[in-house]
Amino acid sequence: MTEFIPVNLITGFLGSGKTTLLQRLLADPALADTAVLINEFGEVGLDHHLLERIDETMVLLKSGCLCCTIRGELSEAIKELYSKRERGLVPSFRRLVVESTGLADPFPILSTVQADPVLRHHFRLGNVITTVDAVNGLGRPESIKQVAVADRLVLTKTDIADAAAVEALIAELRILNPDAPLLIAAEEKIDAAALIGDRFRSALRAVPAPREAPHGSVHSFSLAFEGALDWTMFGIWLTMLLHRHGTAVLRVKGILNVAGTPTPVAVHGVQHLVHPPVHMAAWPEEDRRSRLVFIVDGLEREAIERSLAAFLGLPASSIATGRVLAPGDRKIANY
Amino acid sequence: MCALCGVLGGAGDWTDAAARPGLFTRNVDALQRRRERINRVACAQRVLAFYGLTLSDWQGASFLLSTQTGKTELVDGLTHLWSAAERLIGRPCDPLDPSLVARLEATGD
Repeated sequence: MTEFIPVNLITGFLGSGKTTLLQRLLADPALADTAVLINEFGEVGLDHHLLERIDETMVLLKSGCLCCTIRGELSEAIKELYSKRERGLVPSFRRLVVESTGLADPFPILSTVQADPVLRHHFRLGNVITTVDAVNGLGRPESIKQVAVADRLVLTKTDIADAAAVEALIAELRILNPDAPLLIAAEEKIDAAALIGDRFRSALRAVPAPREAPHGSVHSFSLAFEGALDWTMFGIWLTMLLHRHGTAVLRVKGILNVAGTPTPVAVHGVQHLVHPPVHMAAWPEEDRRSRLVFIVDGLEREAIERSLAAFLGLPASSIATGRVLAPGDRKIANY
Repeated sequence: MCALCGVLGGAGDWTDAAARPGLFTRNVDALQRRRERINRVACAQRVLAFYGLTLSDWQGASFLLSTQTGKTELVDGLTHLWSAAERLIGRPCDPLDPSLVARLEATGD
């Protein structure tokens, strides 16, 4: 069977260190067979000049923000790259990294890869890596969304930021996206394989106890429930939830104990888009409860919890919330 | 239909993901597909009854969604089901709607 080529997205607000991170990643042997697609905002692209490696597998999208030109240029650029690969005009790359402009909404980029009728037969979504600038922090709606959809968070410029501000920022990130491993770029060696590796290896990680949301209505919470669940009914519930509230569900991610299946099933969705469910080879730990993490904008945890319980025919009291997962380490290397 | 562009056939449904190594799907063989469709109709019916809608399998290829007065739409899968249901009843189908949740709680096992 043909291998699907993983597509990693590197996102992060303007000046948050995406290109620097990409430069460090490309130096790693783990990304030896990687094609790169860079989207730059503005008339003249500059970022690609900062990368030492410029070759025929590096494509620059010049016409501005990815989310505005998404169905055209990105999809065409990836198809063209794939066509050249198949014709032997470029090396047979085994991974594609897309670096988006800092203003881009990540969702249309992910949706293009997964939904395009041609691309979805050749590519699959890999990790979304989001860089966060420790000096300037969060604040813009774009950067909050970029953090919410991240599979890996990379905190940059901590060496020139105030230590207390860094701690506060980490706490904010943990509330917005509790389960993404977080790497401090200035202090730690960049482990390229761990950054781009299988998103489900880390399963689910720590969820802080619910606290007041620092960014208006965006907040995260987790649910865990005992017993095997009905996969069909779960599908009905999640498709219905995302149909009506998809724009408010920035992220849903979880491992499920599915009736009739001895090993867990991982689900992962970003807004209206749900990745094909992954059948994990084994439970990551002794705990056999189904666990779901939500990052939502404005939706109430209690409403989602009660609705899910009603659909699945569970007593509402069987769903635990808050700190239900094992405490995690914020260092990516430890998962 | 693709949530982004609205193009028919633009997106595969995650609940019917094509069988590939490492993926979880019940879209594997004819028997499993058939069993899943029957189960899906039964599960969806629990929810759709609240809106006065009925769902039935159509030739193992699509689903028929009908109102009590006979207005009917063909739907491909779960992702398309809810927009069709909303068109037929003229109001949103919200899984967080307390009345729907209360109904399901009352009729739950």
